[in-house]
Amino acid sequence: MGNRVGIEGSIAASEAVRLANTDVVAAYPITPQTHIVEHLSEFVNNGELDAEFIPVESEHSAMSVCIGSSAAGARTFTCTSSQGLALMSEIVYIAPVLRLPIVMVLANRSLSSPLSIWNDHTDVMSIRDCGWIQVFVENGQETFDHVLWAFRVGEDRRVLHPVIVNMDGFILTHTIEPVELLDQETVDEFLPPYEPLFRLHPDKPVTMGCFAMPNLYTETKKAQDEALKGTMPTILKGWKEFGDLTGRYYNPIETYEAEDAEVLLVTMGSFGGTACAAVDMMREKGKAVGVIKIRLWRPFPFDAFRKAAEHVRALVVIDRATSYGGPGGPVAAELRAALYGEEKQPPVINFIAGLAGRDVAPQDFERMADQAFEGTAKTRQEDYQIYGVRE
Amino acid sequence: MAKPEDELTWQDLEIGFVVTEPGNARCYRTGDWKSLKPILDKERCVHCGLCYIYCPDMSYALDAEGFFIVDLNYCKGCGICAQECPTKAITMVPEEEE
Repeated sequence: MGNRVGIEGSIAASEAVRLANTDVVAAYPITPQTHIVEHLSEFVNNGELDAEFIPVESEHSAMSVCIGSSAAGARTFTCTSSQGLALMSEIVYIAPVLRLPIVMVLANRSLSSPLSIWNDHTDVMSIRDCGWIQVFVENGQETFDHVLWAFRVGEDRRVLHPVIVNMDGFILTHTIEPVELLDQETVDEFLPPYEPLFRLHPDKPVTMGCFAMPNLYTETKKAQDEALKGTMPTILKGWKEFGDLTGRYYNPIETYEAEDAEVLLVTMGSFGGTACAAVDMMREKGKAVGVIKIRLWRPFPFDAFRKAAEHVRALVVIDRATSYGGPGGPVAAELRAALYGEEKQPPVINFIAGLAGRDVAPQDFERMADQAFEGTAKTRQEDYQIYGVRE
Repeated sequence: MAKPEDELTWQDLEIGFVVTEPGNARCYRTGDWKSLKPILDKERCVHCGLCYIYCPDMSYALDAEGFFIVDLNYCKGCGICAQECPTKAITMVPEEEE
């Protein structure tokens, strides 16, 4: 079925876009997303992908083009990072309201200032409430799989939502790993052609992106919220079907050594793999530690998270972004809220770590977990530690 | 739209809030924005149609007698018609005074 090759995460992403028979790619190159867009432009130039490649002059235009092409019924892809996402953000919020199933790979990178090209999650957290389906991947294989899954789920009539696939910049985009590519036949079986519900076409004119007065805006926001929450069954079905086809099954919340754990590390993205290595190391020393990996960030899988988390003595949540002057890490803040008022409410120790590509090694995860075992860390809503900062 | 906007629930809205019927901007009556309304003196009117041409809301329409008559459901009371009328046949008056 598939061909196992050693390729960069960026190349895995663009291979998936090619196999998806994407109609339109509109993107502006920015580190560390550049290899994805470069590779896609080569595919189009070499005739390996029959798509319109639109080399826009900015990310604001990239997303505007994506909205136009998706509204016309084209399967549409873009990718960006950091400052590019910030420039694009005005338009990012519009796509889910118009229910346009654009797929975007976000090569996560810190936001300026200070200028940094390296990885953390400050970019995606700046658009946390944009209304897209948002997933995080942990390696090249998951990137490849999730681009295909994103088109399949996003374009489903029960979903019709844009999807962001978050892959950690450099750590995933620039690492060469073994990735099993799917052949065209298998991809075609999984991913039928996009049949939009509404499209901009002269034969049946419609208005998209219209104005709403105060007497309707509230109703549109309720409908938007319910629509995004309502995507969950199809998201799960998409992963199930992908698993049945490829043997690779995914879930909104994934765990490692969690069942008998007393302390759980909670991660998103590429931290997951390192945290698992840390758990192996700690288990050998007799420490009952496990990992919760949050794959699905929006819509947030509250029930699955509580089910995975509620039995432990403490949760150690590692964020790669800060809500300045607020509750610390956005993930920890959300998880504390998810547990609030529950019968079993393990305390959440929050670390901000790995900012702008600073390495977080298995030993670092062990030090964080040790604080949970010692029971010394403060765990109120506003308590967090910036891990490894020089005092 | 089947229902007036004020009665639409969130479930009534089209997916993506797409508007599928053309021309429904007419459902939104902007006439209640105005404080002044145009009054036509038919004795002075020369049927030139400049009021019709200049009206930014296309609120004027030709009637059977050949006069351009404003539709007060849409006139916002800007007064451009009165300003442009070459015979001063149109005057703007406060709406409450008839």
